[in-house]
Amino acid sequence: MTTLAAPARARYVQDYGVYAAVLALLLFNALFTDNFLDLTNLRTQLVQVAPVVIVALGMALVIGSEGIDLSVGSVMALAAAVIPLYLGSGMWVAIAMALLAGAAAGALNGTLVAVVNLQPIVATLALLVAGRGIALVLADGQLKQIRNPDLLALGRDQVAGLPVVVWIAILLALMVGAVVHRTTYGRQLVAVGGNRAAAHLAGLPVRRVLIVTYVLCGVFAALAGVLATARLTASDPSAIGNLMELSAITAVVVGGTPLTGGRIRVLGTVAGALLMQLLRATLIKHDLPDSTAQLVQAAIILVAVYVARQRRTR
Amino acid sequence: MTAVAEQSQQVPVARVATSERLAALAQRHGALAVLLLALLVSALTFDAFASFDNLAGIAIQSSFLVIVALGMTFVIIGGGIDLSVGSVFALGGVLAAWASQWGLLAALAAPLLVCGAIGLLNGLIIARTGLAPFIVTLASLLGARGLLLAITDEGATTYLVPRDAVFLDLGRGTLWGLGYPVWIAVALCALGGLLLQRTGYGQAVYAVGGSEDAASLMGLPVARVKTLTYLLSGLLAGLAGALNAARLGSGVTILGVGMELDAIAAVVIGGTLLVGGAGTVSGTLCGVLLLGVIQNVINQIGNLTSSVQSVVSGAFLVVVVVTQSYLSRIRRLR
Repeated sequence: MTTLAAPARARYVQDYGVYAAVLALLLFNALFTDNFLDLTNLRTQLVQVAPVVIVALGMALVIGSEGIDLSVGSVMALAAAVIPLYLGSGMWVAIAMALLAGAAAGALNGTLVAVVNLQPIVATLALLVAGRGIALVLADGQLKQIRNPDLLALGRDQVAGLPVVVWIAILLALMVGAVVHRTTYGRQLVAVGGNRAAAHLAGLPVRRVLIVTYVLCGVFAALAGVLATARLTASDPSAIGNLMELSAITAVVVGGTPLTGGRIRVLGTVAGALLMQLLRATLIKHDLPDSTAQLVQAAIILVAVYVARQRRTR
Repeated sequence: MTAVAEQSQQVPVARVATSERLAALAQRHGALAVLLLALLVSALTFDAFASFDNLAGIAIQSSFLVIVALGMTFVIIGGGIDLSVGSVFALGGVLAAWASQWGLLAALAAPLLVCGAIGLLNGLIIARTGLAPFIVTLASLLGARGLLLAITDEGATTYLVPRDAVFLDLGRGTLWGLGYPVWIAVALCALGGLLLQRTGYGQAVYAVGGSEDAASLMGLPVARVKTLTYLLSGLLAGLAGALNAARLGSGVTILGVGMELDAIAAVVIGGTLLVGGAGTVSGTLCGVLLLGVIQNVINQIGNLTSSVQSVVSGAFLVVVVVTQSYLSRIRRLR
């Protein structure tokens, strides 16, 4: 790996650009936005970004394996639809069943990708289309109010000044970081993503690694669905997780994880999600219309992948 | 190779060739066979299904997706993907409705110009910078939706097509019982099929999708070929949106969400490989019609909701792609 001046600079921008952007936005808001540094506002931002972070962490693993998972939004809806069915047996049973549904969805995706050798886009597209349908069939197409006090507390309670939802996201980020950098599975995942054929020839369990990765992504998405349901105090499978796949992929890509696989940036992914959230908040607080927000978002995605490209052509 | 060797190999080679030919046949015409089967079963099961009115209804409801999926076919055969078509479809509709106050020509020119420009931009960025098509068109999905919101006061304004506009006929007029959009879709498919199968450009699209490096080494203008596929996709999505606006009589802002996925699903069901380099327009046509028939049948059953439809479509997609990957493997085992 040669480190020439220009690629080194490009790599520097790619690796630290997202943190610089987050800091710049924070600074801008601290100076020019009223009440931005207010504790309530910061808490709101964190609560809103938490589900995106959780989904994006799973997505980062999948993208690191040179895949993509379009079904995460539908899996969130599926988890939301499963909860009211089992809430009678207590919160933990309901959450376990919801996570199990996510794991099953991930196992299906993983099997289609690893065993049947389908392209990840097509394999997960099927579940994107069907998943929300199944969720709506399970829920009879209706929004169901949640009255279980335990689950409502999960969405509302705070520990040490931060909502539980935010703590869960932080813990998961730390966990995923440790898994990627400190475990055999993490090393294998990066190897498979970098070069699947070489990983196979090196004797790595390619299929198992891929399936586990998609299962993890499914479980994370389901967890995000559970938390979103708890926050919303209702199970709404028709709305929960809509377009979440786009937000999650954006967060991962903006965070500097290349779509070509073989590299996973966990902290970058968290920063990518934060950046998109702060950007939206900034535009809203300065009364810029939704249309501008979307155009800016589009531009940011393009810039982020353009920076990522320079590293690839090194 | 000597004559003896040829003779001794003849029998197994012939056998392999037969299974290979069958696999190729199934891959190429599988969508048509399934469509005919679905039509037959539906006609026998539901009395109302085989009526001309019902079939004409399926045709006109599918015609817009056919036009969008036609552009998607070009892009996917060329080895890319275009996620922006849903937003571009909606944008085309709004632009057409807005411009229809200045007559038919303006109502067609505005969406074609803007949507063509978006397609061209997609193509140029993808072909010249080598960015992943998935991400570039994801950005233009957002961008086109943003543009749509900007020209409709954040979605609050719905432009109406004037009641006496000639433009309305384009969406509502009929010829031999079938709406104009159906005929336009059929004509475009025929043209698209000719372009793909009978021209140098079409062959270049296959070559680029099959192997970009090989196409480049052969001296094909890879960047131009790819750019044109995205331009086509943008133009067709805009045109489909305009026709839909003519049918509805207004530029509905919330249309087209998720349409890119329907289009991709239809193209894949139609036998076009997502890796590029293979596929047909006729297959895409069958894919769209198949989705239309599924939707129609589920409506006929009555007590089933539209969510069942997405379950069936999704399951169908899995079955088709798994079968296709299996058939491809048979063909490769020579």
